[in-house]
Order: sequence, then structure tokens, then C-alpha cells
Amino acid sequence: MGLNIVVLVKQVPDTKNVTGKAMKDDGTVNRAALPAIFNPEDLHALEAALSVKDQYPDTRVNVITMGPPSAAQVLKDSLYRGADFVALISDRKFAGADTLATSYALKCAIEKIGSVDLVFCGRQAIDGDTAQVGPQTAEKLGMNQITCVSGFQAVDAKKKQITARRSIEGGYEVIRSRMPVLLTFTDEGFAPRPPSARRVMAFKNAVAAATNGASYDECYMNASACKDDEIIVLWDIASIKADPEACGLAGSPTKVKKIDSVVLTAQDIRMIDNTEEAIGHLVHELIADHTIG
Amino acid sequence: MKKNNVMVFVQQDDGTVADVSIELLCKARELADRLGVDVEGALLGKDLRGQAVKLLPYGVDRINWISHDKLAHYTPLPYTKFMVDLIKDRQPQIVLYGATTTGRDLGPRIASALKVGLTADCTDLQIGDHELAGTVYKDILYQIRPAFGGNIIATIVSPEKKPQMATVREGVMKLTPQRPGYQGEIVEIKADVGPELLQSEVLECVKEARTVNLKGAQIIVAGGIGAGTKENFDMIIQLAHALGAEVGASRAAVDAGLVDKAHQVGQTGTTVRPKLYIACGISGSIQHRAGMAESSRIIAINTDPHAPIFQIAHYGIVGDLKEVIPAFIKAYKNKA
Repeated sequence: MGLNIVVLVKQVPDTKNVTGKAMKDDGTVNRAALPAIFNPEDLHALEAALSVKDQYPDTRVNVITMGPPSAAQVLKDSLYRGADFVALISDRKFAGADTLATSYALKCAIEKIGSVDLVFCGRQAIDGDTAQVGPQTAEKLGMNQITCVSGFQAVDAKKKQITARRSIEGGYEVIRSRMPVLLTFTDEGFAPRPPSARRVMAFKNAVAAATNGASYDECYMNASACKDDEIIVLWDIASIKADPEACGLAGSPTKVKKIDSVVLTAQDIRMIDNTEEAIGHLVHELIADHTIG
Repeated sequence: MKKNNVMVFVQQDDGTVADVSIELLCKARELADRLGVDVEGALLGKDLRGQAVKLLPYGVDRINWISHDKLAHYTPLPYTKFMVDLIKDRQPQIVLYGATTTGRDLGPRIASALKVGLTADCTDLQIGDHELAGTVYKDILYQIRPAFGGNIIATIVSPEKKPQMATVREGVMKLTPQRPGYQGEIVEIKADVGPELLQSEVLECVKEARTVNLKGAQIIVAGGIGAGTKENFDMIIQLAHALGAEVGASRAAVDAGLVDKAHQVGQTGTTVRPKLYIACGISGSIQHRAGMAESSRIIAINTDPHAPIFQIAHYGIVGDLKEVIPAFIKAYKNKA
């Protein structure tokens, strides 16, 4: 007895390793200068799905991502770790999507996969930290949700029930839900397994063609040119039956009014020498005006 | 009663209203005054009249109390349904949520159901105009937040869809003084919770008392990734103990495992306004500064003289915290 699981993943610029080159002179972000990585919490979501497959080997783990062709890299990585099916949702018409338009496109793709028991994704992506796409997708699917999951207590494929531990401020909840349900994962549990050497050998060449020559954020692949037997399946807006009006910029209620690069207004700062004497004076002053004491 | 008001989702945990919700009611009052409208709260749960009464003096004109036993503990499906129904009925122009695990679970579902915008973790909210394709939208909500790892500050608007919605972290908005005797109404709405909404069962809920009290601390000694090792971070803790201060940390220090997440200061941690903030080995990313820039005094200790933290500090010491902190402790012990 197996379950049908969809894992939503995202390729993100590695915002934790921002260097000087990451910002252009005009204050905008130079994405090309940032390495693109598998969004960290999504790897935990994938591991959670693979752990269900360990328990119920007939489980099918479907991984989908929305993004430019180069985002296929995270699908490749998912195959190496144990995914059964991967699909890239890519279309120029998705460009400029906010979280609402993104969740709509993901909902359409999940519906194309068919009858799904579980949808897993990371709590949030490190390029936006909004944590909105998971719950927004669940709502569009009419599914219950459990966010911020750090572990399972029970996955029951027969009763179609899942019991998960959810992190909350200063503690946790244990929630039981019927399937279908969408879960978002933190990085506290489900340490990702490494890619399997056997699977790397099996898929390495097969997926190379799909990812050739594409640069981050720039171009979109022509999905209609793709064959059914490709290992990385490409879906465009038509193949997931999405309404163009609800996608991309057109389907995004939020607009960026302006972007300010961070300019610090330097204030009067008193530099203190790094000597015992100077530090002693500072401490004395702070005691004298009752800041410390 | 005015229309198109500013609404706050008032979160209650075990029957007590969350601090962040009161902070948002204060901000809502300010926005509503600017817009010439009223402030409404949305409160879900059982036996909450006493809590609702306590909210009115913050300048709240109406509390919509949706009452049912099954709403006592938050679960997403019933809360989403009743909030969506209430928003459709009351038609607020703005709805604010605390960026708690509850607010971040609920807000996106409501936005998705209503097909409206939602901006996460705003650090400021303002009212202004916006021009889009030749149309000028008057008095819309500017939702301001750091983005892209804090390298930029984005102003987000959703001019064409109402309500405009945002989440805000605890501590970001200030409490304003109460107005005793403020006239507001409490409207109880009896909910009907059908079985289709009860898909989550809360089997257990465990909360430890907050052992770290950053919000209430007068002095905070905070460490960043510049500490490098746990041993060096222990020196930061020693300085805090010597001064009777609370220990704070940057996200990088938390992510590196130097200190527990409960100590994190910043956009995704706690926002603080102590009398004195000593930043040790913290470079000063915009997210970190968003959480501590309003401290009365800031001392920055960093080996890099160009670290951004020096631009908001009142006192700067360029040096290794391994040397500076012992000197600080020694001086304090000698003179105190």
C-alpha cells in the first residue's frame, strides 16, 4: 500500500552568501552573481516524503518546481536522492508571479498529477522568507494543512491519517489530520539523505540535455518541444490548464512600488580605542549616567 | 459605524490575547485616523468577552467576537472560513495579522481564498498614493519590508484588491497609551462549526515558559557570527551575566549553532528597544538592525571597521571581542 505524494521545491539564490558583487551599482540585485541552490527547507520536505516511501515502498514521490529552465537542477538533485517523477513548470507567462499567482500555478500542476494524498514543501524559501506559498496552495486545493512540521509520530496509509509534530513559539503541538493534507517543514527534522551514487550514475546523462545552456532567471524553455519520455517533464501554462489571467504579473495583486538599496545614515559615533584605559573610561561614563550599574 | 475600516486579527492563546495583536491595534488606530475610518478587531474563541473589553481602550471601535467551543484552539480550516466570512461581511480596506506561527498559518489561506495580496513580516506600514497605468490610487497601504536577504528594502502595494493585508512581527509596532472610557462595541457572532472544518485534531500542545526575556531587558549583550566559536560566545554570555543583561544573537550566530534561537534579535527574531545594546561580532545586516536600531545606546565591537553596525552605533570599538570583552568586564568589576 502506497501513498501519492507531491513535493514542491524551489531553486533559490543563496542569500546567506551575499558578497559585494551581489549588488549592482544601481542598488538592484545581481542574481547572476549569487550561486543558485536547493532551498534548504525543501530538502527536508523531500526527505520527509522519502521517509514515507521507506515505510510504504509503493509510495510515489513526485517533485515539482516552478522556475526558469536552470531550476531543473533541483529536480536532478531530487532524482539523485530518490524521487520517482519530476516536473518543471516553466513558461514566460509565469514571470513576475507573487505568492498568490505562484500558489495558483502549483495548484494546477498538482491537479494534473491527479489524486494526491500528501503535499509537502519547505516552510519558506530563503529568497523571500514569506512562508505563504504552502498555505495558499493548500487553500486553493481545498486541503487541510499542518505548517512548521519537525517530525512525524505516525503515517497511516491504510486509515489515510498523519500525525505530525508542529513547532510553535516556545514549544510544539501534535496534530493529527486526515489525508489529503499539505505539510510545510522546518529544518529541525528530516536531515536530508545524500544523493545515491547509483542513482547519480543512472540519471546523470539523461537529464543533461534538459538543462544545457540555460541561465538563471533569463530564458524559458519551449515546453511543447518536449517529449513524453523525458526524465524531467516540462509543463507550460497550457499543459497544466492554468488561466493566464491568474498567472504571473497579471495574477499578482501585490506590486513592488519601489526598491531602496540599503543606505545607512551614519550618525555621530564615538570611536573608543581598543585599550583597557579607553574601555575603562567608557564603562565609567555608562555607570555615571545610569545606563549600566 | 464607518465602513471600510482597518481590521486586526486578534490572536488568543489559551484565552489570552497575544501582545502582538495589541501592538497591531495601536498601529491600526494610527492608520485609521489617517484614513478617517474605524478600527475593528476579529477575535475567535470561547468565553472572550472579558478579553474583548480590555481591548477597547486602545481606541478600538468594534470587536467582532466569533464564538464557538471548537474555536478555542487555533486550527486552520474553521479560522479561515470564519475570517473570510467576516471580511466579506465587514469589507475592511486593511487587515493586519501578527507574524506568529498562527498568523503565518492563517493569513496566507485567507489571502488565497479572497485572491488578495499579503505581505509578510512588514517592518513599517504607511499610507500614501500609488500610480499604476495612469490611475492614481489614493490612500493605499505601503507595506515596507526588507527583502532578498536584507540587501534591499521593498515597498509593496496591492492597489487593485481589497483588503490590503500584511503580517507584522511582535515588538515591531509600539504600544500607545490607552484611552480610558473609549467607546467601542463588542459584537458576538455565534459560529456554526461543521464537521468538514474539523480535520485537524490537536492531540498535544506543549509550551515552555519563556526563559529568555529579550523584550523586557534593559540591557542586551548580543553576539554574532564574528564570535566564531562556542567558547568565544561564552564570553558574550559572561559579559551579559556581569551586567545583569539578557543575551541576544544575530540570525547567523543562531544558524551556526552558537546559541539557541530564542535569543535571536531581528526581523525574524525579536524586536527590542533596550537602554543599552552591546553588539559583539555582529556585522549589522538590515534584518538585524530592524530588530535593534531603536535601542537608546548601541555599542558595537567588531574587527571590521567597515561593518555596517558602526553606522548606527553610538560607540564603536574596532577590535577582537576576545580582548575587548575581558577588558570591559574587568573595568566594570573594578568600578561598579
